[in-house]
Amino acid sequence: MEAFQQMLSQAGWAQGMQPWALSGLAMLFAGGTILGGVAVGAMFFIWTERKVAGYIQSRYGPMYVGHFHGVLQSIADGVKLLLKEDIWPTDADKFLFRIAPLLVFTGAFLSFVVLPFGPDFVGASLDIGLFYAFATSSLVVMGVIAAGWGSNNKWSLYGAMRGAAQVISYEIPLGLAVLPVVMSVGSLNLGTLAEAQRGWLWSWHLFNPIFFVSFVIYLISSLAEVNRVPFDLPETESELVSGYHTEYTGMKFAFFFLGEYADMFVVSAIAVSVFLGGWYTGIPAVDAFVPAPLVFILKSVFLVFVQIWLRWTLPRLRVDQLMYVCWKVFIPLSLANLFIYGLIRSMVG
Amino acid sequence: MTAKSLELLQQRFGAELVEVDDYLGDASVTVRKSAVHEVLAFCKDEPTLRCDLLLDIAGVDHPEREERFEVVYLLRSLQTGTRLRLKTTVADGDAVSTVSDLWRSANWAEREVYDLYGVRFEGHPDPRRILCHHEFEGHALRKDYPIGKGQMCYVPEALLTDQQVEGSHALDVESRSGQLQNVDGEIASDLLAINLGPSHPAMHGALRVEALLDGETIVDARSEIGYLHRCFEKEAEDHTWQQIIPYTDRLNYVSALTNNVAYVHAVEKMLQLEVPERARVIRVIVSEMGRIMDHLVCVGTNLVDIGALTNFWYFFNAREYMYEVVERLCGERLTTSYTRIGGLYRDLYEGFESDLRFALTKVAEGVKDVTGLVQRNRIFMDRAIGVGAMSAEDAIDWGWTGPCLRSTGVDYDVRKAFPYLGYETYDFDIPVGENGDCYDRILCRIEEIHQSMRIIDQALKRLPDGPIQSPDRRVALPPKDEVYNSIEGMMNHFKLVFEGIQVPAGEAYGFIEGANGELGFYIVSDGSGNPYRMKVRPPCFPIFSSFTELVKGQMVADAIATLGGLNIIAGELDR
Repeated sequence: MEAFQQMLSQAGWAQGMQPWALSGLAMLFAGGTILGGVAVGAMFFIWTERKVAGYIQSRYGPMYVGHFHGVLQSIADGVKLLLKEDIWPTDADKFLFRIAPLLVFTGAFLSFVVLPFGPDFVGASLDIGLFYAFATSSLVVMGVIAAGWGSNNKWSLYGAMRGAAQVISYEIPLGLAVLPVVMSVGSLNLGTLAEAQRGWLWSWHLFNPIFFVSFVIYLISSLAEVNRVPFDLPETESELVSGYHTEYTGMKFAFFFLGEYADMFVVSAIAVSVFLGGWYTGIPAVDAFVPAPLVFILKSVFLVFVQIWLRWTLPRLRVDQLMYVCWKVFIPLSLANLFIYGLIRSMVG
Repeated sequence: MTAKSLELLQQRFGAELVEVDDYLGDASVTVRKSAVHEVLAFCKDEPTLRCDLLLDIAGVDHPEREERFEVVYLLRSLQTGTRLRLKTTVADGDAVSTVSDLWRSANWAEREVYDLYGVRFEGHPDPRRILCHHEFEGHALRKDYPIGKGQMCYVPEALLTDQQVEGSHALDVESRSGQLQNVDGEIASDLLAINLGPSHPAMHGALRVEALLDGETIVDARSEIGYLHRCFEKEAEDHTWQQIIPYTDRLNYVSALTNNVAYVHAVEKMLQLEVPERARVIRVIVSEMGRIMDHLVCVGTNLVDIGALTNFWYFFNAREYMYEVVERLCGERLTTSYTRIGGLYRDLYEGFESDLRFALTKVAEGVKDVTGLVQRNRIFMDRAIGVGAMSAEDAIDWGWTGPCLRSTGVDYDVRKAFPYLGYETYDFDIPVGENGDCYDRILCRIEEIHQSMRIIDQALKRLPDGPIQSPDRRVALPPKDEVYNSIEGMMNHFKLVFEGIQVPAGEAYGFIEGANGELGFYIVSDGSGNPYRMKVRPPCFPIFSSFTELVKGQMVADAIATLGGLNIIAGELDR
């Protein structure tokens, strides 16, 4: 955003504008860019998901719209969803029902602000970036609960309750898992965390044994955080029809959908900046001429692909097994991990 | 065996027996209504009979008789191999004492007789209609019920009434000592009644289960079936014997070929008709094809229920290759109608063998992919092992047959126990499970696919040349030059086409191993061109009757995993 502001202040037409107007304009620009990026990115991921699913399942997936492997399928779907009738269930809680998809999408969208796509390529370089990202992505829970309660549907309610229990539970291992890295770098700023991994490949946090355990815990917990298989219990189309968004149609449904895919990117991007070397390629000589955002985005997209890949490979857990994995495996493990790392640091110094 | 068991019954209940018969090798005993319970209990417990399996209960209506209804109990012993049919007569408005205390499979079977004939069963724990809806008036299978008279249902039935909901509360409070009580000592109303189906993604077909949930745990459940009920048995009474074949496609539409074979097998038993060897071998091939396709669908969809969506495609792609063969063989994919009484609709086409072998390699590939993905998959094992487990005794008590029964460890398979179509000459194994849970059911079915492939391989190798239709003029149309050139041939043709095949009066129960268990047809003929009564014994009817008991105390997700593994096909469940 600072970059935007600087650019604006140098532009001829903006000369003589008040500083507050300038910064407001810059905010608008930055927000617009992110919003556009999120929407287009999410559409791209939806297309990727369908293509990857198709190839995993020995079929093609979308093939026609856009002439090349159905690249414009998501846009066609978007238009279709816009034109669809907006159905309200009888006795739905109008306010909650309306606000739920917005909450879900906003939660995902807000996290984008702190993602460090490059050294100077970040919406807001917050010192509590990591904390902020976790905080905003749990806004999604509010949306899920609002959707489940507002729909006045028992299936939706079950999905919402599962979602709430799951996301809140998995936030603990998620947060604990990144703590050793935070201890090591001494910052919650995502940019600083990425910066700490400059240099050769082995300086990535992933290749530190303690951090590697953290990474595995983070990766699995993040699947639960974004409600993906094997942790897609809030949706479970075979049990809960479609979970918390059963009653949603048209654009409201699209917002849930966009939110889910945006969220997938967010958790992947955080993993990239904390564990996978951020925007660094791992070879210092290459870093000089490869654009940082490209590296960052490619790495994140790869992690998104991993999530898609897992979804089409694994069965889903049962709700009690899900809780078991969280409370009895991940939390003790991440606590032990944290403890061991602290011990090593205090001894080695 | 038959003679011995009849003798035994005569010794013990001489005065109570009205009639003893072993027409076509089916031991049949008619007893007085008052002695039904006693005789059946004897059949169940007597060590030399040990009829542990109550297959089905059928009603027959003879309006001209004073005691117009016959209630027919089909018994089977898995230990001694006894096959026994026990009949009693009952007048309109009278009641027979229930045997649901002896076999739990009698519960639904008796409800069906009550529903379709109006015969009451005294002491029945749940005397409601089952196939027809609760607003239905009259009894559909009575001879005086007009065949064209349909009735609409306007208000859905509440399965769990308020009393039941409250009863479960009371039950729960007792068993969990006050956990459900709030500070005032009142019962906390935290149980939630929820409708699974009839349109729900996991209810394959149109089944309805109303479950009472405590959190995610099912405290109580009740099921309702009949959404696909079209009274096939009534239709059968209105059609000639050959015309019924297309209806059998619609019973278990997932393995229609096997149903075709089962039906003609039963009719040929009544006609005492020998089928040419080539037709017998082809029937073996097609029924094993039906079995493979059925198992592919069942396991594939069951895995979808557990969330492993990709396996569905691995199986359904393989199944698609099978269906191409089926389509080329009989012109249809689903509604095959491939068999005819006395033979087959048509011979194999040229290139059938290579097509089928190619399809089977695809099936083998799909099976390999799926086993690789799930068999040792920790999540899948956690979801399937111990879920929906049934002990062998309970399974038999509920009337289970087929892969579901075998998964509990009972190696009962009609193909081995009562071989037909020359199955005794094929070399194959019967896979059995141990725990009777979801995991064992899936693995049993997967192994059965391999065994069926073995059988098909042997059958293809031995396939003899020759006719595919019995030359017997009671069932086969005469050759065209005879029809055009001789009066006998023409008469023969005319009679067969206009009046249909004449099946001699009598009754018989013909059964084969369907894809999902014992598929039987209990047929009563009065010697006319139509069956007088045809009762289908669908394998999944008794299996689904145990579903609500099976899932009590389990979680919703388990219930859905269990249901998929039972392979309930609404077409044959509701008929």
